[in-house]
Amino acid sequence: MEYIKPFKRILLVGCNECVTVCAAGGRKEVGLLASGLHMAVLKSGATIEIREHTLERQCDPEYVEELVPMIDGVEAVMSMACGCGVQEIARRFKNKPVFPALNTKFMGASERQGVWSERCQGCGDCLLGMTGGICPIARCAKQLMNGPCGGSTGGHCEIGEDTDCAWALIWERLKALGQIERYVEITPAKDWRPGGGSGPRKIIREDLAE
Amino acid sequence: MRTESKLEKVLAAGHLAVTSECGPPRGSMADKVIEKGKYLHGVVDAVNVTDNQTAMVRMSSFAASVLLKQQGHNPLLQMVTRDRNRLAMQADILGAYALGIDTMLCLSGDHTRFGDHPMAMNVHDIDSVQLIQMVKNMRDEGKFQGGAEIKNPPKMFIGAAANPFADPFELRVLRLAKKIAAGADFIQTQCIFNVDKFEQWMEGVRARGLHKQTYILAGVTPIKSVGAARYMKNKVPGMDVPQEIVDRMAAVPKEKQPEEGIAICIETIERLKKVEGVAGFHIMAIDWEEKVKEIVERAGLLPRPQV
Repeated sequence: MEYIKPFKRILLVGCNECVTVCAAGGRKEVGLLASGLHMAVLKSGATIEIREHTLERQCDPEYVEELVPMIDGVEAVMSMACGCGVQEIARRFKNKPVFPALNTKFMGASERQGVWSERCQGCGDCLLGMTGGICPIARCAKQLMNGPCGGSTGGHCEIGEDTDCAWALIWERLKALGQIERYVEITPAKDWRPGGGSGPRKIIREDLAE
Repeated sequence: MRTESKLEKVLAAGHLAVTSECGPPRGSMADKVIEKGKYLHGVVDAVNVTDNQTAMVRMSSFAASVLLKQQGHNPLLQMVTRDRNRLAMQADILGAYALGIDTMLCLSGDHTRFGDHPMAMNVHDIDSVQLIQMVKNMRDEGKFQGGAEIKNPPKMFIGAAANPFADPFELRVLRLAKKIAAGADFIQTQCIFNVDKFEQWMEGVRARGLHKQTYILAGVTPIKSVGAARYMKNKVPGMDVPQEIVDRMAAVPKEKQPEEGIAICIETIERLKKVEGVAGFHIMAIDWEEKVKEIVERAGLLPRPQV
């Protein structure tokens, strides 16, 4: 609300990809947020015009190009994509303020209807082959690489009963797979360079890059 | 001998070692550290100095260790991987050794959510096993974790923690094996109240011969009150306080409870002395340092050996 207060005409942009799947920033949420904002602004005694549009993908320049015909008519853009989409719009439209409508949280999976939890931190050096397909970097509160801490209780993490102990899960998997010896091997100190330790990351596929 | 550590000398000579701990103050009061230390003179072989325990900010373990060293103690520098990355930890290890600290304990540390800065980032660049490995390589190979050579490598006697009471229980002996393989010279265990379960864990330890590859110091804690017993039983992750201990504390009047707690602690030490593979005791008298001498004395562990 604070972001859009100074403006009379804004463009609210959704994204058809991940944020649609997790019910955070797709066409439906764009509609809901637009009417919510309308009401809130009216209540404060002002008016606002909100144009709604949802792109196929906000993180690809060719889709963002679709916004060209509508951008001049608005004073600011609010994006309901993840942080990648917000930044792509900001990169394309240099003189237009762009605001995030979401707080992008994590790469996760759907546990059940309406429940998502973190699964991957994009550390760039995957350990899953050693840990029975359960990631201790994303799912252990202390990202321990060599087994559970002293706070693991009844399958729960010490931080709370609604968090599984990743190492309890890993241990069960290794037992089921007959790979207990995997546990005994020491995982050495991690090289965090592929995980962001050497600055912003980039992937260049020579065969695809123009 | 790997180091000049007094603790190593005591253990290598075959004595039952005794360590205790000193939690640094939440302020910059050197006198508080010195005062706590006074109760431990001649009573223990080394004094653990905790590192932001329970994720509450306190005077640094390093600074408090130096203050204790200046008073003639043998500080045992605790270091958690929660607050600093490998550069900061190696820098402190060099500094600590340069100031005469030769014994340390490698831990991952309680999660920040339990402390007074739950909004802080948990660093965990490396974990406790990797910290042990790093300190060992600094000592034995004279190499930094990054591979470069160290001039005058720090010779630390390396400790690690073990919790026989956390889950999954069947993994706990293997976890110890892993810490020993990484380079743990000695172990300090979580507080033992459930001696039966500890004995069960030690059976597994002996079956793998691990008690011959490291020194295991059994952790004990005197309980001050029935309230403290209930709190540890119900609220502290990874603690195992049997109901009979709570009942025993509850059965005596409030003013007699501290005495009962000390009696339980001494009985526990006596039972643990009979467990094959126990090389000593780590007495964690939290904010109750003045009682350590009485416990050590009544447990028949005074005078401390001169080595």
